[in-house]
Amino acid sequence: MKLKKRLLLFLALALVMALAVGCGAPKQEEGKKEEPKQEQEEGQKEAAAEPIKIGVNYELSGAVATFGQHTVNGIKLALAEVNDAGGVLDGSQIEPIILDNKSEGAESTSVATKLITSEKVVAHLGAATTGNTLAAVPIATQYKVPLLTTSATNPKVTVDDSGNVREYIFRTCFIDPPQAIVGAEFAYNDLGGKKAAIYFDNTNDYSKGLAEVFEEEFVKLGGEIVSKEAFSPQDNDFRPVVTKFKQAGADVVYVPGYYQQVGLIINQAREIGLDAPFLGADGWDSPKLVEIAGAEALNNTFFTNHYASSDPSEKVQKFVEAYKAEYGEVPSSFAALGYDAAKLIVDAIERAGSADPDAIKDALAATKDFDAVTGKLTFDENHNPIKEIAIIEMLDGNQELKTKKAPK
Amino acid sequence: MIFFIQQLLNGITLGSIYALIALGYTMVYGIILLINFAHGEILMVGAYVGFFAISSLHLNFFTALILSMFAAAVLGVAIERIAYRPLRNSTRLAALITAIGMSLLLQNGGLVVLGTDFKAFPQTMVKETYWILGGRVPVTNQQILILAVTIVMMVGLQYVVKRTKIGKAMRAVSYDKEAAKLMGINVDTTISATFAIGSALAAVAGILLAMYYQTVHPLMGLMPGLKAFVAAVLGGIGIIPGAMTGGFLLGTVEAMVSGYWDSQWKDAIAFGILIIILVVKPSGLLGKDTTEKV
Repeated sequence: MKLKKRLLLFLALALVMALAVGCGAPKQEEGKKEEPKQEQEEGQKEAAAEPIKIGVNYELSGAVATFGQHTVNGIKLALAEVNDAGGVLDGSQIEPIILDNKSEGAESTSVATKLITSEKVVAHLGAATTGNTLAAVPIATQYKVPLLTTSATNPKVTVDDSGNVREYIFRTCFIDPPQAIVGAEFAYNDLGGKKAAIYFDNTNDYSKGLAEVFEEEFVKLGGEIVSKEAFSPQDNDFRPVVTKFKQAGADVVYVPGYYQQVGLIINQAREIGLDAPFLGADGWDSPKLVEIAGAEALNNTFFTNHYASSDPSEKVQKFVEAYKAEYGEVPSSFAALGYDAAKLIVDAIERAGSADPDAIKDALAATKDFDAVTGKLTFDENHNPIKEIAIIEMLDGNQELKTKKAPK
Repeated sequence: MIFFIQQLLNGITLGSIYALIALGYTMVYGIILLINFAHGEILMVGAYVGFFAISSLHLNFFTALILSMFAAAVLGVAIERIAYRPLRNSTRLAALITAIGMSLLLQNGGLVVLGTDFKAFPQTMVKETYWILGGRVPVTNQQILILAVTIVMMVGLQYVVKRTKIGKAMRAVSYDKEAAKLMGINVDTTISATFAIGSALAAVAGILLAMYYQTVHPLMGLMPGLKAFVAAVLGGIGIIPGAMTGGFLLGTVEAMVSGYWDSQWKDAIAFGILIIILVVKPSGLLGKDTTEKV
């Protein structure tokens, strides 16, 4: 009997642990922190008692946590600026409801549902990656709440499978094909690569899409693909494959992945003496990349990105200063996109003259020459912004703006 | 040829880590006929102890290694006391299910306590690459360290099992628990010692893996744990030299599959090997039929 009791106790403990993981602790504190400030200001703006709620659904933990954390930092900075300047419309404050989707698609769906149905947000920001955004898209469409993603670059996000524009879905980043095309041009013309190897994440639409477009464009320019391999996110040992790239004589390697694997791949490639330039996309943009790969291994690597913090333009430098003052670090492009997205939503509410989701949607669709940190932004008919792509070079662990190219 | 040698090196490095993990599986199986599925999670805990020892306590590599071996040994003994000992006289299936439960508990507990982020494992030594065979094949000091540590651990284990009193007791218990008890051997202590040694080896493997992959994560033990299980079965579960052989073999096969064919097939091949060996020769490469020994 005694034995059974002990077993039971153990099992109960196991259950509690499992539940704790399952539900997680929704990170709402940050959203709520804004409240006291609102109460102070309420005296002078009695008409605006009800704050306008905006849903923020991001990867605050998990495999791509730094994307979500940086974006949310940018969003909070932008909304704080708006609220300090007197809010929107008749002085309404904006309240972000920040929830963590743990870098998982299923979690992103439930976060989106919660934000829209129980929090009654007027607009939905997020998520950072294509997969997690696609998981929230049906919810936003079903409840007719505009969704503005900051960094989901796959074309499928705003256009459905039969080619129709998703009415309620928008983004502030460029889409993948121009990014891969600019990458291929840079690899062939600027880096002088003739034999490219491609290493992509086969479980990831973002990575697969970039690899396809890059291959097509690089071959069209006259280059040759000497090896094309795939990895999965659980992989840690890339040495056999990078050894293969070296054997194949690759003079440029395209790795359109996320920083976690990219860091390991580059580090292991340098270890076995593959010194060719590595080229990637905006999934590289994280300080963790330097932490994992090491600053030295990252020399002679490049990636296409939304903006560069070293861009001398006044708009960018003002943003970089404000961000540094708040968080003590240089903002990544995710932070910049988050900042832009929040400002764009506020602008849309202002232009719509109301916080009604449908009115916001129409105002977003009509956006023209919105002056964003990541470039002047106009939506095309597919709700994709038209803007320039920056190419970043990693120099001793720092991101330097190498060049800017306009996609064709 | 150069390419082959280079892939062989990649494979042997990975394989030696698999072998270290497989040793723990095999020892525990040899002594109480239990597949300890929580072994990969002990590895993960060992890696995290090493991670905190180096990054927070600023210990050097070897002190951190010893600290983490000690912590993992304590954890292994505790798991045995809490989860496995009460079930020792139950069916083998009950014990197996408990082991899987323990594994999930540690994984998910790890996700709660340690967070779901990957953390960069601090590089305690400057990475250097030596070019051998006429300067055409690169070998890093890290690979040399991994192989050296593995060999030292294996030789040490052989010494403990073959030459010491506790090793003799372990072999006696694995041969016949009841008879060993009659001869005055404390079976419980012996089993605890087996768990302690196996877990300490898992901690070593954990730190080596973390160093080799430069990251730690609460689920990092899952895949290597399963692979080491395949390695143990491949070599013959319950047989120490079998675990080493299986580990090296599996690591090499993986590197060759990735190098000459398609890296996406390496996991499928590894688990395919498990099925083939269970169908064709369930006792494993080095196993003789019907006997199960440590």
